[in-house]
Amino acid sequence: MSVDAPARDLVRVRGLTIRYGDTAALSDVSLSIREHEIFGIIGPAGSGKTSFLRALNRMDEFTPAMTVDGAVEFDGKNVRDWRNAYALRSRIGVVFPLPVGLPMTIYDNVALSPRLRGIRRRSELDEIVERCLTRAALWDEVKDRLDSLGSLLSGGQQQRLTIARALSQEPQLLLLDEFSIAVDPVTTMRIEDVLKELKQEVTIVLVTNLVQQARRLADRTAFFLMGEFVELAETEQLFTGEVADPRTRDYVEGRFG
Amino acid sequence: MFEATELNDRNRRAERLWRWLFGMMTGLLIVPVVLILGVLIVKGGPALSIDFLFTEPTDGMRAGGVFPALIGTIWLVAVALLVSVPIGVAAAVYLSEYAPDNWLTRLINLCIINLAGVPSIVHALFGVGAFVLFFKFGISILAASCTLAVLTLPVVIVATRESLQAVPQAFREACWNMGATRWQTIRRVVLPNSISGILTGVILEVSRTTGETAPIMFTGAVFLLPFLPQSVFDPTMAMSLHLFVVSTQVPGVPDELPYGVALVLIGMVLCMNALSIAFRVYLRGKKKW
Repeated sequence: MSVDAPARDLVRVRGLTIRYGDTAALSDVSLSIREHEIFGIIGPAGSGKTSFLRALNRMDEFTPAMTVDGAVEFDGKNVRDWRNAYALRSRIGVVFPLPVGLPMTIYDNVALSPRLRGIRRRSELDEIVERCLTRAALWDEVKDRLDSLGSLLSGGQQQRLTIARALSQEPQLLLLDEFSIAVDPVTTMRIEDVLKELKQEVTIVLVTNLVQQARRLADRTAFFLMGEFVELAETEQLFTGEVADPRTRDYVEGRFG
Repeated sequence: MFEATELNDRNRRAERLWRWLFGMMTGLLIVPVVLILGVLIVKGGPALSIDFLFTEPTDGMRAGGVFPALIGTIWLVAVALLVSVPIGVAAAVYLSEYAPDNWLTRLINLCIINLAGVPSIVHALFGVGAFVLFFKFGISILAASCTLAVLTLPVVIVATRESLQAVPQAFREACWNMGATRWQTIRRVVLPNSISGILTGVILEVSRTTGETAPIMFTGAVFLLPFLPQSVFDPTMAMSLHLFVVSTQVPGVPDELPYGVALVLIGMVLCMNALSIAFRVYLRGKKKW
């Protein structure tokens, strides 16, 4: 895809309201996520950031009490209209705050998604595994023990394994939910570098508690506060004080939250 | 200087007391096991021999061995497993992995618990009505094994469900988020990590089935049979019923004979349990998270 092409909206959200039982977690969010951008979402805990991500790939279906109203369009089509939710989810990679190394070998962790897609040829799988682990900055550490268990890696390594697994889906959209919580600062910086490169191919939604991380990575950043979508702006604007709402300035400057 | 207060000391004394009390109760558990095994070995040991295991009873069951009963019990248990394991495991997979949490699921779970609580003699009568008469299996291994299968289904279902539930939910969600279907998730992540628990449940079921008497005495097991069963439609002798018969129904049985039968029966069960423990130890070494 040409870099000069006008940015297309990959995700469009209209009037999104999320409730758990009777409690609203997020109300009336309308925004668009452009193709090939890193879209940051910041806000204190309990602001509805994770709920927002869950609505994008219909993860709400795993949580009986969670109800989603409003429209979420992915790639021009309302996610509710995907009759095959599995096809939708396979195009969206997700990384949770706590790493989930599946209880299988490192190799199998990364080869799982390609296998689910029906790829059987060993050479092809080898190539995908190496590419994804390299991108997730994990290859050098594990290339000699791909047959050991993924769930026995250290927390930071498991998180990179999780990222490699998400990349192995060859997703159009990558949802990162506070991926750096269990990762040491040096590795975090390495992953951040990888994310900047990945932007060429994947659209990334980055939910983070670290406002500086959003500043380093995100092209645009949305601020969520207590279930309210406060504003969305170019990241630099947000951090240079050109904000529409004074609460945003207070938050990014660390006066609360 | 640091001193333990009066309260500290009291807590420490109470701690010792409770520890001792719980330990005592645990120790008590050993007593019946040791007594049963001890009595059986002392009194039944003399009856045991290779011949005892591999010959037929003779002299109106007052002498000879237990071979037809031993073979019969193996038949009964094997067929019961063939019936109950596929049904039980499939039902548990449905309940744990697919079923929505609604009143129907809760009702089904309640039924399973109640099924486990039904006395085995009631199962026996159900077996007569359902398998012997209605399905016309007659007095046969098949009818007896089906009855045993119904009796032990709750054990299989509950054990399987528990081991499926022990697989962390995060693994499932991670898999679903990659676009895996429920079945792909079950096959690649959930089952491989719960198989040890499932097998343990199955082996537990085996040891329980081995000793059941009431459910088979009206449906497939007979006092004395001069030949070995040739198919599942034949009646058979069984160890548990044989023990009952030689201990209470036949006059003039030498003392050591019933003890010998009981020893063989309990030996079968202990062998299964030992296998189960060995299996668990082996799989624990391969624990993946």
